[in-house]
Amino acid sequence: MDWNSIIAAASPELLLAFAGLLAVVVGAIYKDAFARISLDAVAVVLVVAGILSLVKIEGGLAFGGLWETDPYTNLAKAVCYFCSAIALRMASQYLVSEKLIRFEYAILVIFANLGMGIALAANDLMTLYLGIETLGLSSYVLAAFNRDSQRSSEAGLKYFVLGSLASGIILYGASLVYGFSGSTNYDVIALSDFNLGVMFGLVLLITGLAFKVSAAPLHVWTPDVYQGAPTPVVTFFASAPKVAAMVMFATLLFEAFGSVLDQWQDVVSIIAGASMIIGAFGALRQTNIKRLFAYSSIGNMGYALIALAAGQEKGAAALLVYMAIYAFSQLGIFGVILSMRRRGGMVEDISELSGLSTSMPWLAVCMTALVFSVAGIPPLGGFFGKLVVFQAGVEAGLWPIVVIGILSSVVSLGYYLKIIMLIWGGEKMPAFQGTSGTVTFTVTAATLLVFPVFVILIGWMMATAGGQFGLPFG
Amino acid sequence: MGEFALLSFTIFFPLLGAILLLSIRKVAASGSEDDVSHESRIAFSTGIVVSAMTFILSLIALAYFNPSIEGYQLLEDIHWFGGALNEDGTMTGGIRYKLGVDGLSILLVLLTTFLTPLCFLASWSSIKHRVTEYVAAFLILESLMLGVFCSLDLMLFYVFFEGGLIPMFIIIGIWGGAERIYASFKFFLYTLLGSLFMLIAIIAMYLQAGTSDIAVLQDVMPKLFAVDDGKFGVQHLLWLAFFASFAVKLPMWPVHTWLPDAHVQAPTAGSVILAGVLLKMGGYGFLRFSLPMFPEASVYFQPMVFALSVIAIVYASIVAFRQTDMKKLIAYSSVAHMGFVTLGIFSFTETGVQGAIFQMISHGVISGALFLIVGVIYDRMHTREISFYGGLVSRMPIYATVFMLFTMANVGLPGTSGFIGEILTMIGGYQAATWAAAGAALGVIFSAVYMLTLYRRTVFGVITNEKLEGISDLTRTEMIVFAPLVVATIVLGVYPQPIFDMAHMSVEPILSVFASLGG
Repeated sequence: MDWNSIIAAASPELLLAFAGLLAVVVGAIYKDAFARISLDAVAVVLVVAGILSLVKIEGGLAFGGLWETDPYTNLAKAVCYFCSAIALRMASQYLVSEKLIRFEYAILVIFANLGMGIALAANDLMTLYLGIETLGLSSYVLAAFNRDSQRSSEAGLKYFVLGSLASGIILYGASLVYGFSGSTNYDVIALSDFNLGVMFGLVLLITGLAFKVSAAPLHVWTPDVYQGAPTPVVTFFASAPKVAAMVMFATLLFEAFGSVLDQWQDVVSIIAGASMIIGAFGALRQTNIKRLFAYSSIGNMGYALIALAAGQEKGAAALLVYMAIYAFSQLGIFGVILSMRRRGGMVEDISELSGLSTSMPWLAVCMTALVFSVAGIPPLGGFFGKLVVFQAGVEAGLWPIVVIGILSSVVSLGYYLKIIMLIWGGEKMPAFQGTSGTVTFTVTAATLLVFPVFVILIGWMMATAGGQFGLPFG
Repeated sequence: MGEFALLSFTIFFPLLGAILLLSIRKVAASGSEDDVSHESRIAFSTGIVVSAMTFILSLIALAYFNPSIEGYQLLEDIHWFGGALNEDGTMTGGIRYKLGVDGLSILLVLLTTFLTPLCFLASWSSIKHRVTEYVAAFLILESLMLGVFCSLDLMLFYVFFEGGLIPMFIIIGIWGGAERIYASFKFFLYTLLGSLFMLIAIIAMYLQAGTSDIAVLQDVMPKLFAVDDGKFGVQHLLWLAFFASFAVKLPMWPVHTWLPDAHVQAPTAGSVILAGVLLKMGGYGFLRFSLPMFPEASVYFQPMVFALSVIAIVYASIVAFRQTDMKKLIAYSSVAHMGFVTLGIFSFTETGVQGAIFQMISHGVISGALFLIVGVIYDRMHTREISFYGGLVSRMPIYATVFMLFTMANVGLPGTSGFIGEILTMIGGYQAATWAAAGAALGVIFSAVYMLTLYRRTVFGVITNEKLEGISDLTRTEMIVFAPLVVATIVLGVYPQPIFDMAHMSVEPILSVFASLGG
């Protein structure tokens, strides 16, 4: 065991694994007395893990080549850990008021993050699979966390059945790739001959991972899970795992199959186009805000996939920048959704936002900025995300999906504007009840992050993420 | 001049005012519980002071501006994002925050800062709810519009250009008429679709040229995408992408249909800004980007633009004649007048282009005034139906006089600024294509028909509608609003030379390219 290389490459994940196991033990002893404090403790651990990934940003190889981190994956990890920490802090008020506060919640989140870390650091199909399963199993349980609710249980079950199917497909793809290329290691696969068997394996891998990023046509679970799962869980699902899934998808395709870009570019392009179209049209008729943002996320994954289809040289940095901006604005938006509480519980219909600008002006301003950001309207942050993605697409000459991207962003404006109009022009509804400080703070912070002042931050991210491949607008 | 960032300060001053206003709002609301007029007084006086100071700032910029030298002045240039990091820590390429003005843009900056305070004055009595947000939205919009005209980086331009949609969408959507939601959605989606094609073209240009600096692109673009033997090529595609954006914004036939809806539903001040400034972004875009960057494609598409312009002029005039809503009539008249602008720009002659610039400024003043005129009686009677009115001259003599002046200006009567713009664009059009000028001249006749009909039916005659018996003439505030517009219309109509002097040095380099093309 070469401890030095393990610490350099995997210290955040070691911390998470250790903290997770410790939390299980502590939880088993103290039971519900540990529940409240577990959320904060795990959030702190996640922040530390995020900082660790930034400190050890150079990364390296570990575990005999099964594990490899570089600045790109470390940045993605940091984004995931920070988002999870914020999502966790935002959850506490909801969990308390819905009487769902149990120490398992924090433990599941920490293991989900461990899964993300493993999958992001994967340099081997087996490591990737382990990570995906750790993430997946924690997510299924989280989706069904409100076990007394029929919807939540249904969401968990649906997610579990379909997720397992996708995992099976990934595993089958991995075994085909192993059989025809002789290895599960990314580097060896990259050097081996690309034959029909590997191609079959590759297509199966893409299929399974497309499910994980909720890209069309494997998106069907998303609206149901978003609607059924408890809102703080969805807040978590909408941010960190999306980034992780997209980046692990990217590292697999870039590292193991980068030399055969032409073989998978069309597949990813078609998935991207389909996701954007389904995301745009699917959301138009939704009235449940969580369902609406589920479709919106499908569409947004489509934009990220444009960057993926552009290949490593042109798209890698754009992909990460896009996903990071997306994840943070999702935290803000779900913060607003978490605030939608009236007497008798949470409300989820978009008409409940009606007249928000008079009842809660600050929340209304934030929501407006966040929605316009997700819609990609300048001068807000989401625009810069879309900009670099489109730039990657144009540079790679992917004209058809770039045009689809344009058209679907106009269509999707239809429902984003509907929300804005309700907020500003609708009949006044009574104000929502007591929003927690953390949620308001997060919403505000996310709103500030989407403003162009913070484009400097994005510029820094671009420089870090793209340093090894070339920068957007370089 | 030194290091002081005058343009940045001018651009962001209204934005700062808006932020200030929004942050003091709580104090105002809690200071007097249900006193709306208190809030309105604070909001509008802040708005007027801030926008008036912005106007002064733009006058200072004008004072520093030297119209007799070619190129951009009052430059500010900082690296913004993207680009490649060099060994020594400096950045090459990337998107820059670059500002500067030339004769063309400073005129439009002045038009913007001139109209905004008038908008606040005009809406003081008509806007009763959410006044703070209203004023803030206009101030933010002003910032973004100024940014559009001062940007010297395409990406920065795009950010401002597109960002302006948000406040305008909110202005139409909240303070608009009964169909405001439909109108605001239509406005947003139409404009966005056009602009996104331009965005893709901007990205493609950046990837080819390695920069999005407008001054550099104007130099290198014609060479980078040179056209061989008039064949359809990349330059034509890029031209079309830009055209998609500016044609919607201007608007040109047949993508003008958002404009009548937006105008009718927007509050009066919203219409003034829409017609006065936002439409000018289309013409500005043609002059700043399409012509200098894609000269061959511009020549290639000249007949198409001429055809669309003439159709716009004639068709919109005929449609205007049949309108029963006063605002809709003026909106269609805007479409027709913008047809003159494209006609002048694409004539590629000094006369035509100067005429187009003049027409933009003059139309900004005249159509703004006409929307205010409709707003005056709308505030009193809450209807814009032409048939509702009649015989206003007996109750509102001053109003009738002002209305008369702007009717004549809109028709293009000599002595008003409307005349200069129309005649010059037609001369320019005549030099390029006789048929286009002939068609446009037809439009001038039609414009006289619909404007004079409108005037006759609302102002002349005896009062038949008893509801009009008690209508009052212009208040002092309204007179203060109209006074500068009247002065501007007549002064520009009698002595237009300052505008030409100002714009000359920006027009000449554009046209020199076309002279060498022989187009």
